[in-house]
Formats: sequence, structure tokens, C-alpha cells
Amino acid sequence: MAPAVQLKGIHKIYPGVIANDRVDWTLEWGQIHALLGENGAGKSTLMNVLYGMTRPDAGEIHVDGRQVEIPAPSAAIKLGIGMVHQHFQLVGPLTVAQNILLGCEPRLGPFFHTRKANQRVADLADRVGLPVDPTARVEQLPVGMQQRVEILKVLQRDARILIFDEPTAVLTPQEIDELGAVMKRLAQEGRALVFITHKMREVMAIATDVTVMRAGRVIGSTTPSATSAGELAAMVVGRPLAPVAEVPARLGGEVVLEIRDLHAANDRGLEALEGVSIDVRQGEIVGIIGVEGNGQSELVEVITGLRKASSGQLRLLGEGIAGATVRQRREKGVGHVAEDRLRHAVVTAYSIADNLVLDRYYLPPYSRNAMLDDRAITRNGATSLERYRIKAPDARTPVSSLSGGNQQKVVVARELDPNHRLLVVSQPTRGVDAGAAEFIHDQIRQLCDAGAAVLLVTNELDELMVLADRIGVMFHGKIAGWRVRGSCSREELGRMMIAGAGSGPLPGGAA
Amino acid sequence: MDFAMFIALLAATLQLATPLILGSLTGIWSERSGVVNIAIEGIMLTGAFAGYTVAEQTLDVARWSLGPIPGNLLLGVLAACVAGALLALVHAFWSLKLRTDQIISGTALNILALGLTAYLLRLIYDVGGSPKLPSTLPPLFVWNLTNSHGETISAQFTPIMLLSLVLVVATHLVLFHTPWGLRTLAAGEHPTTVRTLGMSLDAIRYTNLAIGGAIAGLAGAFLTLEQVGQFNENMTAGKGFIALAVMIFGRWKPFYALAAALFFGLADASQVLLQTWGIQIPAEFLEMLPYVLTLVALMGLVGRTRGPAAVGQI
Ligand SMILES: Nc1ncnc2c1ncn2[C@@H]1O[C@H](COP(=O)(O)OP(=O)(O)OP(=O)(O)O)[C@@H](O)[C@H]1O
Ligand SMILES: [Mg+2]
Repeated sequence: MAPAVQLKGIHKIYPGVIANDRVDWTLEWGQIHALLGENGAGKSTLMNVLYGMTRPDAGEIHVDGRQVEIPAPSAAIKLGIGMVHQHFQLVGPLTVAQNILLGCEPRLGPFFHTRKANQRVADLADRVGLPVDPTARVEQLPVGMQQRVEILKVLQRDARILIFDEPTAVLTPQEIDELGAVMKRLAQEGRALVFITHKMREVMAIATDVTVMRAGRVIGSTTPSATSAGELAAMVVGRPLAPVAEVPARLGGEVVLEIRDLHAANDRGLEALEGVSIDVRQGEIVGIIGVEGNGQSELVEVITGLRKASSGQLRLLGEGIAGATVRQRREKGVGHVAEDRLRHAVVTAYSIADNLVLDRYYLPPYSRNAMLDDRAITRNGATSLERYRIKAPDARTPVSSLSGGNQQKVVVARELDPNHRLLVVSQPTRGVDAGAAEFIHDQIRQLCDAGAAVLLVTNELDELMVLADRIGVMFHGKIAGWRVRGSCSREELGRMMIAGAGSGPLPGGAA
Repeated sequence: MDFAMFIALLAATLQLATPLILGSLTGIWSERSGVVNIAIEGIMLTGAFAGYTVAEQTLDVARWSLGPIPGNLLLGVLAACVAGALLALVHAFWSLKLRTDQIISGTALNILALGLTAYLLRLIYDVGGSPKLPSTLPPLFVWNLTNSHGETISAQFTPIMLLSLVLVVATHLVLFHTPWGLRTLAAGEHPTTVRTLGMSLDAIRYTNLAIGGAIAGLAGAFLTLEQVGQFNENMTAGKGFIALAVMIFGRWKPFYALAAALFFGLADASQVLLQTWGIQIPAEFLEMLPYVLTLVALMGLVGRTRGPAAVGQI
């Protein structure tokens, strides 16, 4: 049988970068083909070419043995190619059925046939084993469920070649396991799957084949059984990653952030925080984990001033900050790596350099006599560019043209500032490659050693286990229990996340 | 107030609300598809002018009639709709193709419409102003009622007035119950979704803007061909902007917008009401009411209602 996809000599140049450098690549039916590579290696570009979102400058695409032109997504869809995008392509106020059938709606005369649509989606969900409620409004679904809608959307169009661009970045460990099972089933049915990720654990667990890209080129292919997670990571980064040194959990110094009995509502007006108490001390990293929607996001927003608490206390170095504005909090030394970078952390139309001073542009040396000093801003940008290895032609490049992981590096570079007393770090390595993640982890540790207090909120158990000194599991708006690093397993934390069980006393919590 | 008075007031309210109903529908059609349209005022004015001019110029040519409606007036209404759609397409072209800021494009069209209609008016009709048409669109039905004093009061329901109600229902049905409507909502909420599904975002937006433009043109025709029978400089007098407030007040939903428009119309019609109650308030004060209401409505509502998420994004 002819391979599902054969790319020959795909070449794509953006101003200042060769995103794809004469890439040859083959995808066979039945494969779950992991595409690995550093941030900016060209993975998304290559898949966008296959899906018709980007026109290559040169190269041939063969689908099922035939050479084809894919000038637009509509052509890709006709060829049976579907893509689950890195950023979900869903219409929040519409229902699940409406989202899935958008563009191929069942009709009753001139009208949308709601009953038939719901039935069709229910049937499809049944057939492929991905239960959803067709009538639910998408914006009210948890992220894992939204992704399921994305997958159904692709399957509804009879896609036989499925592209998953970093599908696991926003999922919790449990949801990742589920997704893995779904992908395996789809591959067993004879479809061909592409899977982009930065997490080697997932590659080893899910993929059947691996291709590694670097700087726009394919540098090697292998299978998970012929290699190890460590070897793969080394291949991606181009050097072996240092094993994480086992440091005993630190005991913090004075209390920097004191949270007492905090209550707050979510966007829908429902109680999201139901009495949270946490102390974060100087020189320690407190980790918070939980299944999406258990109040972690709201907690971070209340601390950083993006959301109002309905009651409870919030003190920074003994001083109440519940009424302080975001800028006042920042000036008191609160740094914030926001979970949703596109909404809360970068202005994509601005340059990298401008984004790097968004919280301090009005202070010298960036502002003098009420005028911005462009040279100082650009110089600062150039320094960070190098330090964080942000892949861009220069510091004046707009953030919108960066790859996802490189956008994240811009945020981290701005927020991990040595002057901050408290760092609220939410999903700091979302979408960044293994090498960059290692670097970001090192930075967080160094700032902590230098006396900052760190509150780390993450979905990734691995990240939590190597960074956090104490781990709090959030469940239904409360901290369900605390664990100390080294004295708990992944499985135990996973159980606590789902059941909120294992609460017990709160060792070192808000004692 | 007796039943007859009530019906008369209702008819008066609906009449005053008609341009607002139509104008807010224009806003809904374009903003729901993701394009800000503050050119409603200018489109209405252009429609009013085109409608009048065509009706006046074809007075002697189009001697036929469709039922009670004289042919020249019918041609006028069509011309108003076409002119409105064309102007809206200019807005679409500037915003979507040339990527002009949509507020600026809308403002430019408003200014253009104001200047151009005034200029053409003088060019065609000289300083004397536009001659009054021999007839305006006749009522489709008249309801004669007797009030408590035994006087006859008649409530008149004219074609565009009634058509505006039909269009409210039609807009609702299309937007929320047809495949086209779903695609429109998707374009206004999350445009990249439309693209990734292989549909043309431009096709959706150009079409919706043109439909909206035709409706604003109809509102213009209402002013010249149904109400006044004449064209005066700047005769829309801000109705297009009030319609924008009505759209926001009505949360981008046709039926809510209808209710909001009637509320504004009532504020206008209340002059009649107050006079029957024998309350004397200076006319200038009452004329101010809709504008004041607009301000109050916007102050109270902006920030609290949410329009389509991706409005203004290309
Ligand atoms: N629209 C664009 N304009 C300019 N440059 C771009 C554009 N899209 C991508 N690039 C550049 O092309 C290169 C490859 O980007 P791509 O998004 O394919 O990387 P990636 O491998 O998906 O990275 P990540 O893992 O961070 O998502 C990057 O250097 C990026 O800056
Ligand atoms: Mg990418």
C-alpha cells in the first residue's frame, strides 16, 4: 500500500528564518508518528503545509501515492486530512453538535436540523467511543472535553490522516492517558496519525514512530522501542540533558505570601475558591496541581490581581494586598507567568523587546523624560534573546511570528526577574522544548535560592516532582491535601487529583 | 387612555422606531459576522437619497404600479437597498481587503455620505431643494377606531414599517436557525475556525455586510419615500447612531433590539401621550429624549454586555 503521506523537499522561508529546509518525510497508514524538535524547529510549519494553511516555497506532497496540491484547508479536508490545532478552533457560544457539523450542516428545508445534528453527533461519538453531550455549549466544557470535540470534528469529516499539534499541552495527566488510548484506537483502525509533543514520556507511551527535526531539517527517525526517553531528548536538544540532581525539599524562611480562607467566584459566578489557605515562604517552591477547573486558575488570578476575592485575606510580606491593583502588586515584587500566554502575557503585535518591558516601560532606563528609550529597550531585548535562546532574527521581531514555545520563552524572560519577591508561575513550560524547560527550571530554582518565594501551578506531574518542595492538590476549590517532595508517588498525586482523597492533616500547609 | 389611543400610540411608536429597528438589524448582520459597522448612519442617508432621487426621476417613466404602490416608489426602494448594499461593500472592502481600521472606515463613509448627498442634492435639484413627491408609500392597512370622546382615530400601517417587523423575524431565523447563521456566528466569534474548516471567511463577511447595507438602505427609503416624500440634507439626524445603541441595548439579538427600538420610539412618541395628559413640556426637551436615552443606555450597558468575541478582527 502506498504511504499515507510523502513529503518531498518541502521548503519554506520566512523573513530571516528557514522554517523548513527541503524536508523529506513519510507517514505510513497505521502509524502514530511523533514529530519532535526544539521550539522553532519547523514542526508546525510542516504540518501547516500539509493542511493547506501555509504554502511552501518548494516541494511535493503525495497523499496515498498521488501527487497533490493543497492550496487551502478545504483541499486538505477533501483529501481526508484533519488537524487538531495547538490552539483549539472552537466557537464557544455554539453547541457541541453545531461546532462539529459547522460547514456540513444537516438541513431541514432552509433550516439547521437540530435534532438530526444532535443524533448524528451522538452516533459518531458512539461509533468512535468518545462520548459527548451534543447539546452542551462548548465554552462551558472542560478543556479535555473541548479537545474531544475537536477530534470528533475531524472524524466527522472522515479524516484518515490526523494531525495532532501539541494536543497534550493543555491536558491533565489523566486526560493525556485517555487521549493516548483514543489515538491508539484510531491508528488500529488503519488511520495515520501525526503527534507533535515535547514530552518524551508521551512519545514512549503512545507513538509507534519518531522523527526528529532541528532548524528546519529532519535529522533522524527511529522507533520508541529502539531508543529511550533520555536518548530521544538528547537527540532533540542536541546534547545530553543533565539528570536532575536530587535535592532534599527545602524549608522556607519568612512567609512572603500568606493566604487565609480565600473565597472567589469564577466567570460564571459560581464559587471557585472555597476557603483556600496557603503560606509561601522565602526560598521555597510551593507546587499546586489539580484537574482543570478545580480553582487553580482562579487562585492565581486572585493573587495577581486579575480577579477579585469575595472574602479572605491576602498578605504579601505582612501587608494586605487584596485591594491593590495589578501594577501596585507588581511594584511590590510580584511576578506572574500567566497560564494563557496569548490572553494575559504577550501583545502579539508588539516586538519581543517591547513585550519584555511591558511591566516596566515607564521606569528608567526604558523611559526618560516621559519618552520611551528605544535603544535601551532593544538592548534589553537583545540580551534576553540570547540568554533564553529565543529563536528570532532580532529583538524587533513581532511576537506573532514566533513559534509557540518561543512566545513562552519571552514571557518567562520577562517574569523571572531577580527583583521579584514572589513568583506566581502558571504552566511555565507549556509548549517549550525539553532543553528550554530544563533551562527555565534552573532559572526558577536559582531565583528561589536567591530568596524569592515561588508558587508553581502546573498540570505536569513531572515538572512538579522535580521542582516543588511542597505539593498541594486542589480539589473543588480547596486544598485537598499536602505532600512533601520525595515522599509521594505520581500515582498517589493522580489519585488525589481525581478523588480529592488522601487529604489527611495539612503538613506544612497554612500551619 | 382608551384602546383607540393605545393603538394610535403603538402605531406612532412603531413608525418612529422603524429606522432604528432596521438600523440595528444592519448592525447585527455585520457585527455578528465580525465586522464593526458604525457607517449605518451614512448608509441610511445614502439610501434615503438614492431612493428619493430614483423615485423622483422615474416619476414620469414608471407609470405602472404594484397593487397600491406606485412603480416609481418601488424602484426608489430597490435603488435605496442597492445603494445601501454597495456602500456597505465599500466598508467591507476597506476593512477586509485593505485592512483599514473598521472604525475609521465607518467614520469616513459617514462623512462621505453626508457630503456627497448634500453635493448631489444641489447638483441635481439646485438650491431650491428637492421637490416633494406627489405621493409616499401608502399604508397597507388602516385601522379606524373610535375613542371615548366619539372621535375617529386611524392608525396607519405602512409597507416598510411592517417589513421591518418581518425582517426582525427573518434575521432571527437566519442567524440562529440556519447553516448560514451558524457560519456567521462562527465568523464573529472565532474566525480562524471558519478558515480551518475550509470555508471562506470573506464570503461570509462580504455577504452579511451587503445584506445589512441593504437593510440600512431600506431604512433610508423609509424616511424619504414613506414618511417625508422629500430629501433634506442630513435628514437621518443621528438615527444611524441611535440604531447602534439599540443594537448594543438589544445585545446583538433581533428581538431584543426590536424591544429596545420600540422603547426609543416610545420616548419619541411620548410627546403625543404627554399632550393628551395635558402635561406641557417644551418640545425641544422631548426631542432631546432619544439622544439622552442613548447616552444613558450606553453608560449603563457598555462593559456589561458582550458582543461577538472577534468583532473587528481580521
Ligand atoms: N507567520 C510567520 N512569520 C514569520 N516567521 C514564522 C511564521 N511562522 C513561523 N515562523 C518561524 O518559523 C520557524 C518555525 O516555526 P514553527 O512554528 O514551525 O516551529 P515549531 O517547531 O512548531 O515550534 P514550537 O515547538 O515552539 O511550536 C520559527 O523560527 C518561527 O519563528
Ligand atoms: Mg508549533
